[in-house]
Amino acid sequence: MGKLSKSPWLLHYDASSCNGCDIEVLDCLTPRYDVERFGVINTGDPFQADILLITGGVNSQTAPVVKQLYSQMPEPKVVLAVGICACTGGVFKECYNIRGGIDTVIPVDIYVPGCAARPEAIIDGVVKAVKLLDEKKEKIRAQKGREEQPGGTYGSEK
Amino acid sequence: MKAVIFVIGYLILAPFVGALLDGVDRVITARMQGRKGPCVLQPFYDLSKLFSKQMIAVNNVQLLLNLSYLGFIVISGSMLFGGTDILMCLFLLSTADMFLVMAASSDSSPFANMGAAREMLQMMAYEPLTLLVAVGFYLAAGTFHVGNIIQSAVSPVLYMPGMLLGFMFTSAIKFRKSPFDLSTSHHAHQEMVKGITTEMSGPTLAIMNIAEYYEKVLILGIFALFFINSSWWSWPVAIVFCLAIYFMEILWDNVSARLHWKTLLTSCWLVTLLTAGVNLLILILMK
Ligand code: SF4
Repeated sequence: MGKLSKSPWLLHYDASSCNGCDIEVLDCLTPRYDVERFGVINTGDPFQADILLITGGVNSQTAPVVKQLYSQMPEPKVVLAVGICACTGGVFKECYNIRGGIDTVIPVDIYVPGCAARPEAIIDGVVKAVKLLDEKKEKIRAQKGREEQPGGTYGSEK
Repeated sequence: MKAVIFVIGYLILAPFVGALLDGVDRVITARMQGRKGPCVLQPFYDLSKLFSKQMIAVNNVQLLLNLSYLGFIVISGSMLFGGTDILMCLFLLSTADMFLVMAASSDSSPFANMGAAREMLQMMAYEPLTLLVAVGFYLAAGTFHVGNIIQSAVSPVLYMPGMLLGFMFTSAIKFRKSPFDLSTSHHAHQEMVKGITTEMSGPTLAIMNIAEYYEKVLILGIFALFFINSSWWSWPVAIVFCLAIYFMEILWDNVSARLHWKTLLTSCWLVTLLTAGVNLLILILMK
């Protein structure tokens, strides 16, 4: 396990959820599911978050907020769409104000289906997100390595 | 020679001890809430993650101010553990806090600015008692010099039990525990998000956390000063008391809700007056 996977901090944003999924997300923090045992903290702060967890579809009012939150998060970061609304727009898809799933605004890495998504499914999603975080970190490191050693192969003398 | 060893020990061990105490704190808190809680080493994982994250700086000075915060706390702690003047040590501690306030108000986030304002309020709440404690040590041991205070024949706490009670009350502010965690909170479910740390990310936040660990050990060191006297067995006794006091702070954190700032100010000043003030009067009359 890498550094990131041992302390993934979440930022939960409600884009236009009916609150069903939000309650399930909060459920994960209760004694029954207790995600803090994996080191997960529900920060309210994009500057400190590693995983952006969004519930509900995007509408015209929340689209700029979602974009801003995403842009404020430091790399590496993972986006987790929780609930069928966040994945595709769900039952609200045809509404005049709904743009659709979160992926219409920012790139989504992991989709957690369900209406409402069950806490078990959310935790599964978070565990996948954590693995992805480590992979992204590796990628960033590899890129950096290439930049610092122009023309050389990994591990060769500078 | 002894002082040098203590200072080096503080410089090297304090962040580890602080982080470990934080980990234990999180486990105990979780158990009190009926949860399993994270691993005891979680703060170390958090720190190493924060250092590995991308650095997003909202401005150029924030990192510098945070480093100054860390620097001043380290100097202040070294003064305490080096056995020098306790008054100077407490002044430096307040100066360090001012750097944190500046770091928080250097950015444009309204949450951070509000956190900075509240941090200053908190300083106003605990500062009178902190100074009275220093005066109390002077009256009890006849000196401000830490190296001489620990050589007294009896533990200073016998002369100043009221001050100890008052210090236990206000140190909840320093440990950032409810009901006094107004400016920022370890649990980010408050009305101002993360308060003073809102715009700190990655390494900047990690530096702030390390400074907090140094500060935690420093405050516990002042608590220990209440119990230590010239006999060797007072040292283990002091450590046990420190741990007990830390446990009580955790308990208090878990059974109380966050207060309004006005209540914070009045309650802290009232406690200062009733515990430390009365204690001081008695000490002055005794001497
Ligand atoms: S998926 Fe269902 S529970 Fe979740 S936000 Fe949409 S409608 Fe509500």
